[in-house]
Amino acid sequence: MSAGTYGWLVLAFPLAGALLISLGWRALPGRAAGWIASGAIFASFLAGIGALFALLALPAEERVVTASAFEYARTAGFDADLGILVDPLSVFMVLVVSGVSFLIHLYSVAYLASDRGYARYFAYLNFFVFSMLLLVLAGNFVLLIVGWAFVGAASYLLISFWYRRTTATGAGIKAFVINVIGDVGLVIAAFLLFSETGALDYAGVFEGAAAVFTPNDGTLVAACLLILVGAFAKSAQLPLHTWLPDAMEGPTPVSALIHAATMVTAGVYLIARTHPLFELAPAAADVSAIVGTLTLIFAATVALVISDLKRIIAFSTISQIGYMVLGVSVFAYGAGLFHLMTHAFFKALLFMGAGSVIGAMAGEQSIDRMGGFRKAMPLTFVTFTIGALALAGFPLMSGFFSKDEILAFTLNRGGGYVVLGVIGYVAALLTAFYAFRMVFRVFFGAPVEEARELEHGHVAHGEPFNPATGEREDTDVGFPGPEHHVAERATPMAAAMGALALLAIVGGAVGIPGVTDTLEHFLEPTFEDSRFLEAHPSEGAEWIGLAVGGAIGVAGIALAFVLYMRRPGTTRALQQRFATVHSFLANRWYFDELFDRLFVRPAAGFGRFGRTVVESAFVQGVLVGGTSAAVRAGTSLAHAVQSGYLRGYALLLFAGLGGMALYFLIVSS
Amino acid sequence: MDVVWFVVLSAFIFCIGAAGVLTRRNPLVILLCLELMLNAGNLALIAFARMHGSGDGQIFALIVLVVAACEVVVGLGLIVAMFRRRLPIDVDRLSELRG
Repeated sequence: MSAGTYGWLVLAFPLAGALLISLGWRALPGRAAGWIASGAIFASFLAGIGALFALLALPAEERVVTASAFEYARTAGFDADLGILVDPLSVFMVLVVSGVSFLIHLYSVAYLASDRGYARYFAYLNFFVFSMLLLVLAGNFVLLIVGWAFVGAASYLLISFWYRRTTATGAGIKAFVINVIGDVGLVIAAFLLFSETGALDYAGVFEGAAAVFTPNDGTLVAACLLILVGAFAKSAQLPLHTWLPDAMEGPTPVSALIHAATMVTAGVYLIARTHPLFELAPAAADVSAIVGTLTLIFAATVALVISDLKRIIAFSTISQIGYMVLGVSVFAYGAGLFHLMTHAFFKALLFMGAGSVIGAMAGEQSIDRMGGFRKAMPLTFVTFTIGALALAGFPLMSGFFSKDEILAFTLNRGGGYVVLGVIGYVAALLTAFYAFRMVFRVFFGAPVEEARELEHGHVAHGEPFNPATGEREDTDVGFPGPEHHVAERATPMAAAMGALALLAIVGGAVGIPGVTDTLEHFLEPTFEDSRFLEAHPSEGAEWIGLAVGGAIGVAGIALAFVLYMRRPGTTRALQQRFATVHSFLANRWYFDELFDRLFVRPAAGFGRFGRTVVESAFVQGVLVGGTSAAVRAGTSLAHAVQSGYLRGYALLLFAGLGGMALYFLIVSS
Repeated sequence: MDVVWFVVLSAFIFCIGAAGVLTRRNPLVILLCLELMLNAGNLALIAFARMHGSGDGQIFALIVLVVAACEVVVGLGLIVAMFRRRLPIDVDRLSELRG
């Protein structure tokens, strides 16, 4: 089979799974929906491997396969196919997305076992994977936008999965609104590119752009900036990041899949995919690099102080995507995508560990209430620590190779980029610190009651409550189910976490500078005429970067060890000493409050104005009220005329006759 | 004789009929007054026919007579029906059509 056929198969399996589960959920017993969904994703992953081998069988310069199912619209000057593009970049993304998705499906099979919305959850999840694969396989901007909007919708559905929680539905709406801002940016960018180049498929746009635009042409920079709006909204970069921490209201595997491993990296993929445009518009690429750097340091500082376990990991995600955006913006495409892959592994792993711990805490998410889970949950402890080591960039873990390669590229650009690189290293120190802040606070120290109970074999059971507000809940549909699950007790969860832990350790092996470089070579056909190769630092520089990054990672871990293990209480003293700084960070730099003042309140005020003045006074009062008053007056007149007295009718008749006679008399004389 | 006399007489008879229709409450009298009005019209038609020296008006008058006869049949029939059902023979008390 050709690579194109495999590409269609990759899309077909999750779609079939979603349809099967959503239409036939009544007939599916027990955990069948979960296993069907996992099987569909695994089949998709196998098809992705098929596409990989089909592609590798071709000579390097022919590894761009397009396949079109049918012509969507074909008119004068406008050709849009329902077409996919199978090239090394899209196959790489397909493998990462479907592979990690499969493991997270596996984890969910057990994690959501007692939830009343079990089948609905897997239907959504399969639909999400289908959308994400459509996004990465799309061969033109039209299909890209379709996939782009689908993942936004799937994300909304899954964030609001527990739809009786008002906090969850609010978070879903917030995520959807911000994603739509990005969608609008992307759509306008596609319009701009189409009007200038006359093409919608990637190859046509890139060729046209190279022919039409001079470097840093105003229109092209505008188009690139609009693409960036789309990418930033989806990838939660400043200032469109506020939805991602709130998205943690969704079930934990959803956070792992959508808000860590796959959907939020779509922006990085988009920038890498449209790299010929950004190379023609370096100004836009610089904007992107700066925003990425600001985001990575901002999110890392916030992750230092907040205490909600899932939100720490969420801010860590924002920060790590900042690294990827920085990478693909300084032409380090291979490195950025490499980090995308390793991040998908270790971040999904961290979320799974967090889900297991939250299960053991019966839904509690604050790390202030956790502690001492090391003995009670050995598997979770080991895998979570592996994830944290990879995140911290501990030498020879996967994150070590990928993150430091990005920074090595950045420093190699010289000039102002050195500043960005240095900020990246500072954030790496913070990253290592907050990663091990989680480990030390959750797994070390005196065991909390839940941990002691778990050591005796009891999983904690409390009254169900909303971890964000503390409100009481029940366990019916629309709320989390009654049972909590920990990895130690659920084989599918343990299997998924074990596989990801392995990947988080060895995932870096595909990109060891000078030794393997497998990923770079594989992606080369996509980026062969880009500046990726010329921007490549020398092997020695890369190793120096790795050494510095490793040292910084170890230093961050050591700092966390000193502050949380050796001298517990130091952090509390620091917090009291720098209370303003702490509250500034804990309130996430007041971005939510700023947006509330700037957009939410004016919009609400405008809405109130519309309701009171326009709707109540004008529409209800003048338009509707006036019309009905006129009709009412007319009917009461007609009503009065219908007196029922014969003489009344006769009088009217005579009066009318007399009136007519009088009229004609006056007219004729 | 001048046609004006006939027309004035016709107008007088018409007004008497109309006043009767408006003021009387007995349906029988109302019917009589209606006949007056119709015949006032007939008088005017015939007067004008003579003035113009054409037969059209006279034909119209004959048709009006026929219609009047039909009308009386219907009207008297209604009155008899009312009488048989022991309804009051008073148009003011028959006001069920009030809207």
